[in-house]
Amino acid sequence: MIEFKNIRKSFGDKVVLNDVSAILQDGKCNLIIGTSGSGKTVLMKCLVGLFEPDHGDIVYDGVNFSEMNDEQRKLLRQQIGMLFQGSALFDSLTVEKNVMFPLNMFTTWTYAEKRKRVNEVLDRVNLKDSNKKFPAEISGGMKKRVGIARAIVLNPKYLFCDEPNSGLDPQTSMVIDKLIQEITVEYNITTVVNTHDMNSVMETGDHIIYMYQGLKEWEGTNQDIIFSKNEKLNSFIFASNFLQDAKDMRMLEAKGKIDNNRNMDELLK
Amino acid sequence: MTIFTELGRYLLMLKGMFSKPENMRVYWKEFMHQCSEIGIGSLFIVVIISFFMGAVSAVQTAYQLVSPIIPKASIAQIVRDTVILEFAPTLVCIVLAGVVGSKIASELGNMRVSEQIDALEIMGINTKAYLIAPRIVAALIVIPMLVVLSAGLGIWGGRIAGLGSGILSSYDFDKGLKQNFVAFNVWFALIKSYTFAFIISSIPAYFGYNVKGGALEIGRASTRAVVISCIMILFADYILAQLLLNTSGG
Repeated sequence: MIEFKNIRKSFGDKVVLNDVSAILQDGKCNLIIGTSGSGKTVLMKCLVGLFEPDHGDIVYDGVNFSEMNDEQRKLLRQQIGMLFQGSALFDSLTVEKNVMFPLNMFTTWTYAEKRKRVNEVLDRVNLKDSNKKFPAEISGGMKKRVGIARAIVLNPKYLFCDEPNSGLDPQTSMVIDKLIQEITVEYNITTVVNTHDMNSVMETGDHIIYMYQGLKEWEGTNQDIIFSKNEKLNSFIFASNFLQDAKDMRMLEAKGKIDNNRNMDELLK
Repeated sequence: MTIFTELGRYLLMLKGMFSKPENMRVYWKEFMHQCSEIGIGSLFIVVIISFFMGAVSAVQTAYQLVSPIIPKASIAQIVRDTVILEFAPTLVCIVLAGVVGSKIASELGNMRVSEQIDALEIMGINTKAYLIAPRIVAALIVIPMLVVLSAGLGIWGGRIAGLGSGILSSYDFDKGLKQNFVAFNVWFALIKSYTFAFIISSIPAYFGYNVKGGALEIGRASTRAVVISCIMILFADYILAQLLLNTSGG
């Protein structure tokens, strides 16, 4: 279980995170959402130890991260997989070598065993026949999938995804969302996704934390969002008239005012 | 940021390199890769500048030695000592600061900006030990080799230029090459090349590793790394000459 308490982080005079606390749910897809500059990336970087918070505690399975020594941190990090916004693949290595890198570093497996595992995870993210390609030769969506494959190759306990949909078309975004959701269930991983993609929020958010100007503004599930009265959250999630209409329809469905199995073809005739 | 803050961060970076490798084989592979990148990657430019600096040195020395009482063999002796003492270690290392230094700074800078260093950190890898140490150790091994090669090629270039332009005969050149040879000069050149190799690799690594921003900052870091490396090479050159060469005449 990951718990963070009273996290505060500032850069110079600018306070980016102010007293943020939450408990992330085990084996679920936890989403941190918010506008650009709301502090969600800084929060995620604090959680994985890339930034040291000025104040507060980050607790992994009852052990405070700030109290861990270097060796304990190293061991914990081997249980963490992370998908970066730009995928962060190693330019000089092929897709196969990128995914194999953590295995080379942390296992004593034979080359055949490592290849087998690499092919398994590449298969899992639906990437076949790309093993020998370099990151520069594959599309953005494929890079994200390689990033996911590399993140899960060591069977991590925690998966962090920093804006997995950024720069992707809506269809590819949905594929990535679905993949993250499936992997979370299959591998029983605690997943933390940092996003401002509304589709991800509504489709994958088992547990959602909404950040606003460095503060935790709201917390709940994707179902709670529909009925939320939080104005800041509503103006962020349902920013357009189209999305507002979609919300109204969902509310009417939930209240039984309209049939959620309605035949749209019939109604539109 | 003050110079002392930068110096402190630089020393902390060097301290951070010393840790047990997560997997010795992967580190060894990276070290060998860097040896090849630094050595093979800069071989061509080292060969070219070494040969021509020796040749130019022979021609210009002959031009300045106009007195008939100075034996022709002295030209070879001057070429030898100039190449070994200064041209091979200092000039070659200044060129390498541009070639190798900018490569190290921009490589690490690009890795920092594209979050590849963060990705390694998340995996639990000591990035200073994995990315910086192999580059510094490879430079410490390969650059002195390049300097020795450069000295040999410089003298050879001087000989070809001397003979080709009819300045002196091969007998005179060989005679001059052997006369008053001081073996310590070779050691001095090696001490300089080790010092410069450390400067060429560690300063650009510091600037590249700590890049913040985007492509513009990578370019700036790379330029800054080369400029500061060159200044430090010249400064170290002077300090080493003062410390190690007996200039009192006694």
